[in-house]
Amino acid sequence: MAKGRKSKAKTAARVRRPLPAPRPRTTRGRAVPLDQGSCERFLLHEARLLDEARFDDWLALFTPEGWYWVPSEPDQNNPHDTVSLIYDDRRLLETRVRRLASPRIYSQEPRSRTSRIVGNISIEDSGSDGCTVRSKFVMIEYRRESQRLFAGTAFHRLVWADGGIRIASKRVDLVNCDAPLDGIVVPF
Amino acid sequence: MTDIEDELSRLIAPGRVHRRLYTDPAIFEMEMRRIFDAAWIYVGHESQIRNPGDYFATQMGRKPVVLVRDNDGTVRVIHNQCAHRGALVVATDKGNAPEFTCCYHGWTYHLDGRLKAVPLNHGYPQGFDPKDPKLAMLQAPRVKSYRGFVFASGKSDGPSLEEWLGHMTTSLDDMIDRAPEGEIEAAGGVFKHAYDGNWKVYFENLCDAAHPLFTHRSSIEAAQQQSDDVHSDGTGEIAIRQMRQNGAPYSFWESQVGIWTYPNGHSYLGDYHDDSKLVAALKDPVFRDYIAALEKNKGKAETKRILEVRRWNSNIYPNVSLMSQFQQLRVVHPIAVNRTVVHTYSFRLKGAPEQMFRNTISFANIVNGTGSLVLTDDLEIYNRLDMGMSSEGAEWLQIGRGYRSDVPDTHGGRRGKNSTSEVYIRNMLDAWLGLMTDRQAAPARAAS
Repeated sequence: MAKGRKSKAKTAARVRRPLPAPRPRTTRGRAVPLDQGSCERFLLHEARLLDEARFDDWLALFTPEGWYWVPSEPDQNNPHDTVSLIYDDRRLLETRVRRLASPRIYSQEPRSRTSRIVGNISIEDSGSDGCTVRSKFVMIEYRRESQRLFAGTAFHRLVWADGGIRIASKRVDLVNCDAPLDGIVVPF
Repeated sequence: MTDIEDELSRLIAPGRVHRRLYTDPAIFEMEMRRIFDAAWIYVGHESQIRNPGDYFATQMGRKPVVLVRDNDGTVRVIHNQCAHRGALVVATDKGNAPEFTCCYHGWTYHLDGRLKAVPLNHGYPQGFDPKDPKLAMLQAPRVKSYRGFVFASGKSDGPSLEEWLGHMTTSLDDMIDRAPEGEIEAAGGVFKHAYDGNWKVYFENLCDAAHPLFTHRSSIEAAQQQSDDVHSDGTGEIAIRQMRQNGAPYSFWESQVGIWTYPNGHSYLGDYHDDSKLVAALKDPVFRDYIAALEKNKGKAETKRILEVRRWNSNIYPNVSLMSQFQQLRVVHPIAVNRTVVHTYSFRLKGAPEQMFRNTISFANIVNGTGSLVLTDDLEIYNRLDMGMSSEGAEWLQIGRGYRSDVPDTHGGRRGKNSTSEVYIRNMLDAWLGLMTDRQAAPARAAS
């Protein structure tokens, strides 16, 4: 019995442990272009951090000048001349993540639980400094006896920095970005 | 007074309101007819329909309408419904069209809603007359623009728009006067945020000076703890400054802000900003250019007068609220007794530095954004209000803050002795009862 409990606890611990962040591939100390496999592993890692509500770890994936953007219109040109569901420069993103950890964030009382599927991952352009990755996602958000379904396309600008892959920018185009929407608190 | 009117009037008492006002579907249905199909309802801004044929599809209450510029330049508001089988005619949010055609049987309408052509019209019974004025996308009985802000009423009689607005025209003026070239335009897209709750609680929150320190403490604290050394392209800086301002102490909210109310349910809360990057001050280079442009066009004295108008939310009952100092406008769309959608717009001040509009967008994101760190906690409150109000238990809700201490003010108004007085809620309920029971004068029962 004791053994059984122990192994169950061990399994739970394994389930909760996130995937390790992808490490840079280097050739004699120089970063090589990001390949399909490392981009995929990175996006799955990011999705898992978000699903596990490890927002501090998610924030750490961004570069010091990284930004996160959820436009309010399809094909929105920029976040400066049109409103956005979310547009966070690094400073605001830090504030957003800090608030998510607050016990007084009433819009997260009770907390949401999310489950995301990321797929259709393709590298759109690639250079020595990084690449732009396009992916599709579906996210279920459960909170207070109801579920919401979100879907859309994400564009990650991924770069090598600080010995790992970092997000220089992330744009998330929701298929229903211009619909009436209830409050959005958990990042996509 | 009919039985139902008598019943309604018993739901509002001094300093109290019955929760049925927010939860009873039958009352909601009455509101759609007696308020949203009768009072002056904000429809849209003329800059959204600049040229003949430009149209903008929206709603008056639950009724779909089209705001359209006719060929002669006249602004029309027509019911978005085909006179034949009742289908919605205009199915896109906005655009330009020489005429409107129903996609079902091709009935075609002039821009003013009159029927223009009916295919196969020989098939209709004798006496069928396409010129019958009832066979139309019916015009709202009254449409009036106040300096570009278009309102419509489903009633052909009643107070004029200016009589209805009363002193609140000064908030609309403030919106426009702040433009160096004296003109504003709706720009920068729209937020459509939604909640499971009654439409009235939205307005009841906008002038509530007592809630920020409780409701918004997560964003206030997160912003207070944020290092300013971290990179910002300007957006985050505006947002964080705004969140920090919400953390003004209770003594400030209580005594410094000011709450004013006026006949017909209108009100405004005084402004609480002292941040020189958020409100026009010479310390900021963008505002320095802006103030220079204002002074060049309007002179020093008028510029001083304009900048001394300091208002936060101005609520024009029953469906539009302005932040004239921040170029924001919110339109409340009731969907059901427990479902509401709010559309929010930003405005560009003609002749102001372009960076100022970008700051307006950053400001819109944090105060009106669907993913805002601030607004999402307000939406949570609206949801919780509905969950609580819908439950059996306390019948009466308390709206008595400041009840004995409110004081009369100019322009037929009343103001709170303290800024956290709920006088603006009592004032809205007076107007509500006046409209619902079709009395000419508000009974002042809740406010006296």
